[in-house]
Amino acid sequence: MGESNDGIPSPATDEPHPGPGRVGFGRPVAYGLVLGLLAMLAWGLVRAESGPRGSGRAPDFTLTGFDGRMVTLSELRGQVVVVNFWASWCPPCREEAAYLERTWRAYEDRGVVFIGVDWVDTEKEALAYIDEFDITYINGPDIGTRIAQAYRIRGVPETFFVDKAGQLRGVYIGPLYPPELDNRIEELLAEPETTTSS
Amino acid sequence: MLNDVGFLALVIGFGLSVYASAAAAWGGWKGRSTWVASARNAACLVFPVLTVSVVALVAALLRLDFRLAYVADVSSQAMSPFLRVTALWGGQQGSILFWAWLMAGFVCAAVLRPWRDNRELLPWVIAVAMLTTAFFVGLSVFITNPFERYWLLPGAQDLTRALFAPRGAMPYVPSEGDGLNPLLRHFGMIAHPPTTYLGFTGFVIPFAFAIAALIARKGQEDGWIRATRRWTLVAWMFLSVGLILGGRWAYDVLGWGGFWGWDPVENAMLMPWLTGTAFLHSVMITEKRGMLKVWGMILIILTYSLSLFGTFITRTGVIGSVHAFAKSALGPAFFVFIGLTFLGSMSLLFRRLPDLRTEHELEGLLSRETAFLLQNLLFLAITFAVFWGTVFPMISELVTGTKITVGPPYFKQVTGPFFFALLVLMGLAPLLAWRRHGLRSLARTAAPLLVASLVLTAGWAYVHRLHPAAWAGLWLVSFASVAVLAEFGKGVQARMETRRETPALAFVRLVGRNRRRYGGYLVHLGVLMIALAFVGDAYFKQETQDTLRVGEQLAIGGYRLVFEDLRAYPGTDGREIVEAQASLYRGGKFLAALAPRRDYFVVQEQPVTVPAVYATLAEDVYVLLVGWEGTGYGSTTFKVYLNPFINWAWLGGGAIVLGVLLSVFPGSRAYAEASYRLRSRRLEGAETAGEST
Amino acid sequence: MRRLAWLWILLPLGLAAVAAVSAEAQEGGEFPTDNDVNAVARKLYCPVCPNTPLDVCATKACQDWRAQIRDELAAGWSEEEILDYFVAQYGERVLAEPQRRGFTSLVWILPVIAAAAGLAGVVAVVRGWKAPPKRAGPASGATATYPEVAPDVLARIEKELEKIA
Repeated sequence: MGESNDGIPSPATDEPHPGPGRVGFGRPVAYGLVLGLLAMLAWGLVRAESGPRGSGRAPDFTLTGFDGRMVTLSELRGQVVVVNFWASWCPPCREEAAYLERTWRAYEDRGVVFIGVDWVDTEKEALAYIDEFDITYINGPDIGTRIAQAYRIRGVPETFFVDKAGQLRGVYIGPLYPPELDNRIEELLAEPETTTSS
Repeated sequence: MLNDVGFLALVIGFGLSVYASAAAAWGGWKGRSTWVASARNAACLVFPVLTVSVVALVAALLRLDFRLAYVADVSSQAMSPFLRVTALWGGQQGSILFWAWLMAGFVCAAVLRPWRDNRELLPWVIAVAMLTTAFFVGLSVFITNPFERYWLLPGAQDLTRALFAPRGAMPYVPSEGDGLNPLLRHFGMIAHPPTTYLGFTGFVIPFAFAIAALIARKGQEDGWIRATRRWTLVAWMFLSVGLILGGRWAYDVLGWGGFWGWDPVENAMLMPWLTGTAFLHSVMITEKRGMLKVWGMILIILTYSLSLFGTFITRTGVIGSVHAFAKSALGPAFFVFIGLTFLGSMSLLFRRLPDLRTEHELEGLLSRETAFLLQNLLFLAITFAVFWGTVFPMISELVTGTKITVGPPYFKQVTGPFFFALLVLMGLAPLLAWRRHGLRSLARTAAPLLVASLVLTAGWAYVHRLHPAAWAGLWLVSFASVAVLAEFGKGVQARMETRRETPALAFVRLVGRNRRRYGGYLVHLGVLMIALAFVGDAYFKQETQDTLRVGEQLAIGGYRLVFEDLRAYPGTDGREIVEAQASLYRGGKFLAALAPRRDYFVVQEQPVTVPAVYATLAEDVYVLLVGWEGTGYGSTTFKVYLNPFINWAWLGGGAIVLGVLLSVFPGSRAYAEASYRLRSRRLEGAETAGEST
Repeated sequence: MRRLAWLWILLPLGLAAVAAVSAEAQEGGEFPTDNDVNAVARKLYCPVCPNTPLDVCATKACQDWRAQIRDELAAGWSEEEILDYFVAQYGERVLAEPQRRGFTSLVWILPVIAAAAGLAGVVAVVRGWKAPPKRAGPASGATATYPEVAPDVLARIEKELEKIA
């Protein structure tokens, strides 16, 4: 420095300020961190905007029902599968419960499987719910919410449709009313069975 | 018609701000003052133009013009005119316009100041500030436009929102609006967004000055700091008030007995406040001693970036929270803007780093400069901890696929020690001299304060049985408070001795002549009062819950609550109320009749728990109605919290406002400026010396 | 017969003693009280609502969970067992405080590392600020750290000083 200014000399030294962190490796680290943060925010944004899974291979899972039955999704190739997420504390779920059970009984001999996944619920209340609506298809708790996370559900009720080849063919958010469920099932049943398994 | 005018004004405002930014940058780069002058005019025009937009929207809200989708979303016929006006910031679109309007106001005021000094910064200040304004106005014009309408497309089930009619669509005008979310109808929630936005947008000005100083290679000087000192203080004050009001709202309305939940949105507001406070202090030392220049730059860039980041995660739902706005399309645009701001400021800072050299030196490790540096470190450590805790759930999900929650236990344990250290610093720093301080002399000055505070704490400890960390917390708050009060006392005493003034006159004159310093001490006292409330909340809180039949009582901490009656009745604003009547006693004496209740807003299907509070300076008895079985004589569940010291938080807020106003009030400039100039390395020329008188 | 008589006296006494002890341990009301349930619920977060502690949340789902905690407490489960059960059922995010193992331990460790690194940085910076000891040079002794000041500058300083006083 040493610029003269009004004739007052400068007493201090001209050493460069050490700065927070030696500038040498500080720069790439700082940029790296900021870019990392931005990348993470971008991922978060994409995830926030995306909804439940609606296409692609249906994520496989094994569900142990409240009554002890077990079902694995991948073993159901060749059948149409309806995966319904519900909870006993969810009022809209109650609105569709009877319709789901009716439809199940109508289609159970026609190669359609209904699976009820109980999301973050208590066993006592869940069993009471199943009892109330006299539900006969398999229902089990989603332990650790793994299935819900795989299907990226946002809430309940949400119903996923899996075709005979194990592909996800859409999701219905909210309670199902007739004839929506029948239509979707008929649509998927009408498709031919593929000989190759995907 | 008015709506169209409002929309048009919005578009014009956007055009003006883009022009202002570009023209200022061009003029600054090429050194063409005519372009800069033109940019200056355009920059200031944006504010009145946006005012037209705001007035149009407010008018639409007041007359319940449901043609506008926004009005239908946030207002309803049941809402009073006052509430309708406040609905301006009740939803996404309105609040973005409101934000842009406030920012334009600040920029206009900054641009209108007499630019006798720091003239080289002017073009860049306009360029940066207007670029930001243009972004927010642009958001309002293109993405979240408050002047959109609802349209019904043939055969569609849902309504479409758009500015102009989609082909074949019919305009849809609902007959009644949704109304403001019942949770938001509270004075705290009404005042919280404006004050918070004033805080956030206020920081644009110091940020713009800092970036301008970097660009114009004036970072070495403290001109930009002195020019923005009042801006920073006022913005900081608004941010603090916004935080406190948010806490008050949570306390009154959310019904969990506390005022700070370490929720991601709360943290998003806290982080810029933390770095803003560090910035406030750091630039003091830059002004006095020419040190911590890089820190000052880093801190203001961080403060501004964190406020952008905060508003980004609040409005886009990237991190889930109870507070978040409904999802909107803002995300990608905001993301790009934030990215550019972060990376741009960082690279500019790195390039100008060689310019920012420190001027002075120390003789000893123990000195006020070291204290300031430690303060910066502590604030940044807390900011990092809060930031890390807030984003870690996202990181965890990204890396391992498991969702986790990072809640208050984490934040309290991790930031607690740092806050304690800050309290120590707050007490010790005013005692330290510049350049070097002897350890023995420090011990001598600090000893009486230590003794006084230990006595105080022992007294409190006698009254309450304490947890060791609680002792530490109380003692530190006492220590720092005693230290601050001692500063006042010493000053008054000095005046009394040298000028033979009465204590009252000495006090008034002392504070009047040194507004900046004593305003600062008053702010510190305010912060300490809030710290006391936090200590009370963390360590002395008690709670109990019980189910009572009529006539039964529950006891907590010397109080008795007797359940008397339960009834249900319809209330105003379309709500159904279930209210319990209870009486509060202490030691046999009747204190108050409390009526905690649960309101259910039928249309919005939203329950709101309204607590009944018996408030004293020592503690609050906070009673919630948790559940009931049938009205009349059924059994009812109450939850009672004892919140010690909580009302000190609101008092502290008042002290902070007073302190800042005192500090900002013009008048003592002559003394302050003269004394600083002597201590700084450069004496301004004779003309500026004459200017200060 | 006599031995049995002793039993008839001791047994009710013993039961009374146990009852007295346990009544002292609870705060009026049978175990588990609402406070016992809340003490456990406080360590958990509602799995459905965002960022709401379980003891505060008012929704039906949370009421069910608190009822479950009550049942488990009544069945004699320890707090740890209840927490483990909730984690197994609903995932790690029901815990209010992140665990200190595995990847999650990073959330605790990093701030400490950052603070330590920061402190080291501060020490380095302050050392850099400290003036190097003055070498014995041609300077005129201890008083003349600063060179001479021109008289007109001195005059200006006097004027400024006067303004303050």
